[in-house]
Amino acid sequence: MKIHQTWLRGLAVAALVAGAGLLPQGAAAQGTVLKVVPHSNLSILDPIWTTQYMARNHGYMIYDTLFGTDEKGTIKPQMVDTWTVSPDNRLWTFKLRPGLEFHDGKPVTGDDVIASLNRWGKRDALGQKLYTFIDRMDSTAPDTFRIFLREACGIVLEALGKPSSNVPFIMPKSVADTAADKQIDTYIGSGPYVFKRDEFKPGDKAVYTKFAKYVPRKEPPSGTTGGKVVYVDRVEWNLALRDAQGQVNALIKGETDILEQPAFESYASLKGDAGVEIVNKNPVGFEYMLRFNFLHPPFNNPKVRQAALAALSQEPFLKAQVGIKEYYRTCASMFGCNTPYGVTKGSDVQAKGSINKAKELLKASGYNNEKVLIMKPTDLASIGKLPDVAAQQLRQAGFNVDLQAMDWNTVVSRRAKKDAPANGGWNIFATAWVVPDIWSPLANAAVGTAGEKSWFGWPTDEALEKLRDQFAREVDPAKKKALVEAIHVRAFEVGTHAPLGEYINPAAVRKGVISGMVTGPGDFYWNIKKK
Amino acid sequence: MPIFLLKRILSTIPVMLIVAVLVFMLLRLTPGDPAAIIAGDAASPENIAKIREGFGLDKPLPVQFGIWFGNLLTGNLGESYFFKKTVVELIAQRIEPTLALATLTILIAIAVAVPLGVLAAWRMGGWLDRALMGFSVMGFSVPVFVLAYILIYIVSLKLGWLPVQGYSRLGEGTFWQFLRHLILPAITLSVIYIALIARVTRAAVSEVLTEDYIRTARAKGLPEFTVLWRHAFANAAVPIVTVIGIGIALLIGGVVVTESVYGIPGLGRLTVDAVLARDFPTIQGVILLFSFVYVLINLAVDLSYVLFDPRIRY
Repeated sequence: MKIHQTWLRGLAVAALVAGAGLLPQGAAAQGTVLKVVPHSNLSILDPIWTTQYMARNHGYMIYDTLFGTDEKGTIKPQMVDTWTVSPDNRLWTFKLRPGLEFHDGKPVTGDDVIASLNRWGKRDALGQKLYTFIDRMDSTAPDTFRIFLREACGIVLEALGKPSSNVPFIMPKSVADTAADKQIDTYIGSGPYVFKRDEFKPGDKAVYTKFAKYVPRKEPPSGTTGGKVVYVDRVEWNLALRDAQGQVNALIKGETDILEQPAFESYASLKGDAGVEIVNKNPVGFEYMLRFNFLHPPFNNPKVRQAALAALSQEPFLKAQVGIKEYYRTCASMFGCNTPYGVTKGSDVQAKGSINKAKELLKASGYNNEKVLIMKPTDLASIGKLPDVAAQQLRQAGFNVDLQAMDWNTVVSRRAKKDAPANGGWNIFATAWVVPDIWSPLANAAVGTAGEKSWFGWPTDEALEKLRDQFAREVDPAKKKALVEAIHVRAFEVGTHAPLGEYINPAAVRKGVISGMVTGPGDFYWNIKKK
Repeated sequence: MPIFLLKRILSTIPVMLIVAVLVFMLLRLTPGDPAAIIAGDAASPENIAKIREGFGLDKPLPVQFGIWFGNLLTGNLGESYFFKKTVVELIAQRIEPTLALATLTILIAIAVAVPLGVLAAWRMGGWLDRALMGFSVMGFSVPVFVLAYILIYIVSLKLGWLPVQGYSRLGEGTFWQFLRHLILPAITLSVIYIALIARVTRAAVSEVLTEDYIRTARAKGLPEFTVLWRHAFANAAVPIVTVIGIGIALLIGGVVVTESVYGIPGLGRLTVDAVLARDFPTIQGVILLFSFVYVLINLAVDLSYVLFDPRIRY
């Protein structure tokens, strides 16, 4: 009996000690852990297979790129050390930096680069365009690769340094040889972090550890260029916490270090907390746009599109959707303002438009009171209010609007349908792009007008396509800029889409704990220090 | 009893078959194309078509059903369109948080609601009874997320006692770490079940307390505690167990909101993600699992009647 009581006492003490957390059961030393709440869930791990921004950000963690784009939009070498171009601009020879190594210990070679570019060139719109000029590629030495062009073109560096989806990330040849329409299932890169596949739990967390053998460039970090120096041992993305208020609470309590993109409604409480700092790491920001479907009435009529453009005033959209004056600005350029090609010529129809002007244009257009079906996503707070404002403005101009609510993924599925709106199709949807995705006439999918091969909405305009083609061929920067202006004018004449203004969505971080956030179009986790 | 058990187990087969067909058809008839979602915002129509083809979504519906059902018969629930993981793997990863949350919730609910309900019935019309009725109305009326935010604000942010979000897996940290992440979500989720179970307990016990054998027991001079628990509660147990069983089944729906607010990576969150992303294999797998659990709980409740009422025989 006595023994029995002693055992019970011992067990009770052990339980208490373990319960109090004095007997750690698996809390291995992990060094400095940076805890991040990303802007969305990470579901797909192949940044070439999808254009989702989370896959792109995952790509920047584990892969490196040949070139990068700095925060001012200048293309700079990243994995490439030096390069030369033949006098006729048709032979490009690139030499890789010494010491580049994949996470499995194998060196990065020209063959890996060629295989990676080949796969990317089958998926990405700019990559596909570049490949129309490429005759062949070869690797004359392990650290060298060459691109032979059929004819000179002005988009080689722009394409290789493309900062946003799809980014030409460099993978090992064995991985990059995966068919372009199949997902890769090995995640080895030569980037600053190693993906911990064994710890990846979809919808729960993704873990990255510092790649000790990564050799950063010497230049300071800027955008996707410069030295990607890693100061933390481990980065954990919390994929489970997607409730906006829960995210704010977690940051205030110090359970997480960074909120990538808080909801606009959360900034007031975040700013009111002494332990939180708001950091804008994406100064070029995002652009909202409204897309018309060219296949069906009434927007198969260019005059109706002009009337709609005149009605769509940007300020009300931005006020309703963002609401914080210092976080938005009107922008009359389809290529983003404060960008290398941020022209505004031709935008007067919208920039100087009004409801009265829209009424006049609509009357003259032959509009037959056809219904305008606008798709409104109810579960995507970042763009959910845009369709309401569009509906109101178009109604005021005299359009017969049918605003239909649905979840975002129904919008995404439905916009791919070419059927008439009454048969499951659509007339208008709204979306947002990170500005580097739209800042060039070739990267900007919305100004492509190759009919059914174009982005959803499927506009057709030979003149605009011809101008875009000339832009791709042009190597003289001054002439390229002139072509951009001509493209912009034509795109507004065609009415490919309505830009709705720009906004920023700054990150929120723990004040005094986190420093060194890198500016650029994505969310990058090099150079960040945690106290 | 064994024949009853066998019959009930066999009857689950047509139930699961009907669920399988219904889920498959409903998903295909609902608008939404997983390929378009996967491809992303800037995808070309050609890329979307290729992805659709890769998943076999371009095949006729009967063919798609045949492939899926054939795999199902061999225990293969398929692979998630998004995560490059089998549905079984995904469920295995997510089942622990949901199971832990549901277990703690139901334990709290039973531990609080049953004694409260019995005491309220015993002192019907008294302050405890009125307080319990008021609490029940509140428990039924206040949405789970509102209660969650209030508790987080007071307990986590102001008092700093418990974390505001997350889940610590068993074996990854201390048992206390595991438990402290679950306390607030479980309390939040249990309130509605406390209200439900307490009301049913009160009603069932109060009815039994008017029976002749209770008067006889009291007349024999039995202590009131014995009268209440051995005679009144034991005879009122069947409806209480039934409502607890229903409560466990309802928890499956309740965890969805709770897991979202507290950032718990459980099956509820997986279901929401899968539905929003039109991840057909995952939705089908999870719903089949939920249906199976529902059927099992019903069976367990039916079998438990034998324990509480010796007159019941199968």
